[in-house]
Amino acid sequence: MFESLSDRLTETLGKLSRKGRLTEADVDDAMKEVRRALLEADVNFRVVKDFVSAVRERAVGQDVLKSLTPAQTVIGIVHEELVRVLGTEREPLRVPDRPPQIIMLVGLQGSGKTTHAAKLAVHLRKQGRNPIMVAGDVYRPAAVNQLQSLGKQVNVPVYDEGVQKNPVDIASNGVRFAIERGYNPVIIDTAGRLQIDEPMMQELVNVKNKVNPTEILLVADAMTGQEAVSVAQSFHDRLGVTGLILTKMDGDARGGAALSIRSVTGVPIKFIGTGEKVDALEPFFPDRLAQRILGMGDIQSLVDRAREQTTEEDAVKLQDKMLKGKFDLDDFLDQLQKIKKMGPIGQLLEMIPGVGQQLKDAKSQISDDDYKQIESIIQSMTPLERKHPERIDFRRRKRIAAGAGRNPSDVGQLVKQFDEMQRMMKQFGKMAKKGKMPKGLM
Amino acid sequence: MVFSRLFRRQTEADQQLSKGLEKTRRGVFSEIAKLFDRGAFDEDFYDVLEMLLIQADLGWDISQQLVEDLKASVAEHGITDPQFAKDYLRSDMVRLLELATRNRKVKILQRGVPFVIMVVGVNGVGKTTSIAKLAAYHQRFGRTVMLAAGDTFRAAAIDQLKVWGERLDVPVIAQTQGSDPGAVVFDAMQAAHNRDIDVLIVDTAGRLHNKSNLMAELSKIRKIMQRHVEEAPQEVLLVIDATTGQNGLVQAKEFAKSVDITDIMIAKLDGTAKGGIAFSVARELGTPISYIGTGEKATDLAEFHPESYVDSLFFGEGDGL
Repeated sequence: MFESLSDRLTETLGKLSRKGRLTEADVDDAMKEVRRALLEADVNFRVVKDFVSAVRERAVGQDVLKSLTPAQTVIGIVHEELVRVLGTEREPLRVPDRPPQIIMLVGLQGSGKTTHAAKLAVHLRKQGRNPIMVAGDVYRPAAVNQLQSLGKQVNVPVYDEGVQKNPVDIASNGVRFAIERGYNPVIIDTAGRLQIDEPMMQELVNVKNKVNPTEILLVADAMTGQEAVSVAQSFHDRLGVTGLILTKMDGDARGGAALSIRSVTGVPIKFIGTGEKVDALEPFFPDRLAQRILGMGDIQSLVDRAREQTTEEDAVKLQDKMLKGKFDLDDFLDQLQKIKKMGPIGQLLEMIPGVGQQLKDAKSQISDDDYKQIESIIQSMTPLERKHPERIDFRRRKRIAAGAGRNPSDVGQLVKQFDEMQRMMKQFGKMAKKGKMPKGLM
Repeated sequence: MVFSRLFRRQTEADQQLSKGLEKTRRGVFSEIAKLFDRGAFDEDFYDVLEMLLIQADLGWDISQQLVEDLKASVAEHGITDPQFAKDYLRSDMVRLLELATRNRKVKILQRGVPFVIMVVGVNGVGKTTSIAKLAAYHQRFGRTVMLAAGDTFRAAAIDQLKVWGERLDVPVIAQTQGSDPGAVVFDAMQAAHNRDIDVLIVDTAGRLHNKSNLMAELSKIRKIMQRHVEEAPQEVLLVIDATTGQNGLVQAKEFAKSVDITDIMIAKLDGTAKGGIAFSVARELGTPISYIGTGEKATDLAEFHPESYVDSLFFGEGDGL
C-alpha cells in the first residue's frame, strides 16, 4: 500500500552510487517525496513544512559519499533530523522534591490512560517502588471498576471514592491516603476529555493545582492524525504536560503524531505502549520511532522480540546468520516456530527495513495460515535440502511434496520465497557492513 | 413479515447532525469558508486549500486530487471569484462520499428473526458507547433491543455494557471476563430468539487489525452467528475514531477482509478532528458510512449524510436542506 520513503527516494534519485554533491534539483525532487511520506505518516502539515525546510538546508550541497546513493544520503539526513527532533536522549520520570511522586495521566477518550496507569504501576514496581493508583474517572461507565480490576490483576492497590465524588477531591484524598500509608508513586487516572471541553479542562487544572503532580503525562494514540498537534498543544498550554506516552504502537500506524507533538510542544516522549497486556510498556528510542515514521521497519525490535523467545546468544547468532545470508531452511523453520509465539509473521517480516513492495508481495504469500504448510514441507526435507535448498530439483520436490501431503508447486513456491527473503537479508547485511544504514539499527 | 425502513427523513437527521457538531463548528469556524471568501485566487490559495484538506486528515492523495480538480474547474469555467468556485469543491467532496453511501442497503427487519449488529473496531474508538447509542436509536423506532457483552477481554468491559443496559432498560447477555466471546454470542443468539428480540447488538473487544489471530476470532464469531440465523449479522459496523489519521484506511481494509464490513460509523466528531479519512474509505472501499457519533451520551448519534457532513465540517454552514 505504501512504499517506504527509501524506496521512493531510490526511484526518484536513482539507484546508482555517485560522487559529488546533491544538486538543488536532486533536493527539490527528494523533498517532495519526504513531504509526502511524512504526511502519509500523519505528521502534522505545519511540522512537515518546518521539518522539510530544515532538511533541505542541510541537504543542498551535501557531499554524496562514494559508497552511497543520493537517496541514501538524503535518507540519512532525514533520519538524523528526525532523531534530533524526537529527542536524542531519553528523559526519565521526574523526581519530586518531597515524596510521593505523583503522576497524572491525561488525554482524549480512548487513548489508553487506564490501561497505562496499570502498566506504569507494574513498571515502577519492578524498579522496587510501591505504587498506588487513584480512580479519577467518575464519568465513564465502569471506569472505576476497570481500574479496580486492573489493580487486582497486577496486585497494586487502587484508591477510589465511587462515582459521586468530585475528581479533584478524589485525587487530593488519594494523595493524602498514599502519604499516610507510604505509597509511592501515586498514579492518578483521569477521564478522557476533549481539549475543547472547557469545564472538563478546567477540572484537570483544578486537580493539578490541588495535588501538584510531579509528572503530567499526556497519553496519545499512535494512530492520531493531524489533530494531534491541536490536542497536545491545548493540554500542554492548560496544564504544562511533562511527558508523552504514545500508545497502541503494536499497531501499524506510522506514528507521525509523535513527531508533531514533540516538535510543537517540546514534550519528551517517555514511554510507548505496545499491547493490551500490563507488561506492554517500553522505553522510548528515538531512532526506532524515526525508522518507523519513515516506513523503514525496525530490525532492532525484531531482534528484541526474537530475544524474548531465545537467549541473548541465540539472538546475536541469528542476526549474524541472517545478515550474512547463511540463514538456511532449518533456521527458518526454527524461527517460524518461535515467530508463531511472537506474533504474526507478516508483522515480523515487516520489520526488515528498506524492502518495500517486494516485501509486501512476499508477506502476502506467507501468512500465519500458511505456517502449517511451510512447517510440513520443511520437515519433509532432508538436512541437506534444508541447508542447500538451491539443490532441490524436480525429483526432490516431488518427494518432499508427497511427504508433506502437498503439491510440488507448493514446495517450489516456498523455496522461491525463501530465496527472495534470503537475498533481501544479504543485501541488507552488505549495506549494514558498509555503514550505510542509519545509526542504531544494529 | 413486517418490513420497516431504518433511515429517517433527511431534514430531521440534518438538524440532529448540526446540533451534534456545534462544538466543532463553534471552535473552528470553517477555515475553508474563510478561504473562499477572500475575493480572489491569490498566489497561495491552492496551497492553503491543500493544507486545510490535509489537516482534516483527507490524506495527501485525495487532497491533491481535489485541489487539481478545482483548478481545472476554475480554468474551464473562467472563474475569478472563489465564491463561485466553492460549489465545485463541495460537490466533489460530496460525490466522493456518495461513492460509498449509494451502496447503503435498506435494512429489513423480519418478524421472528433478530436483526444482528456486530460492532467492531480497534481499541478505544468508542464501540461500547456507540452500541448504547445504537440501542437508543433502535428503541426510538419501538424495537426491542438486546445487547451481547462480547468483549470478554478488557477489564470491566462487561460492567461497562451492563451499566448502559441498565440506563436504557435493555437486557445484556454476558458471561465472565476471560470467557470465550463465541460462547457469549451463542447464548445471545439463543436468548434473542427465545425472547423474540428485534435487534441484537453484539459488542466485541477492541483489536488491532494487524493481529491476525484476533481478526480470525472475529471471523469465528461471525460464523457462530450465521449458524443460528443465516442472514446474521445483518449489519457489521466498523467504528472509526474521527481523530484517526491515515491508518483508518488500513483499519477499514483489514477489518473488511475478516468480517465483511457493511457499515462504518465515525465516532467522536464532537472533537476538533473532522474524520477526513472517511473520504479515502469511501473512495477505496465503497463501504457506506452510516452513522456519526457526536458525544458521550446515548442520544449523541446521527445518521451520516454526505452533504450535511461536508457542509457542517468543511464549510461551516447550515442546517442542511
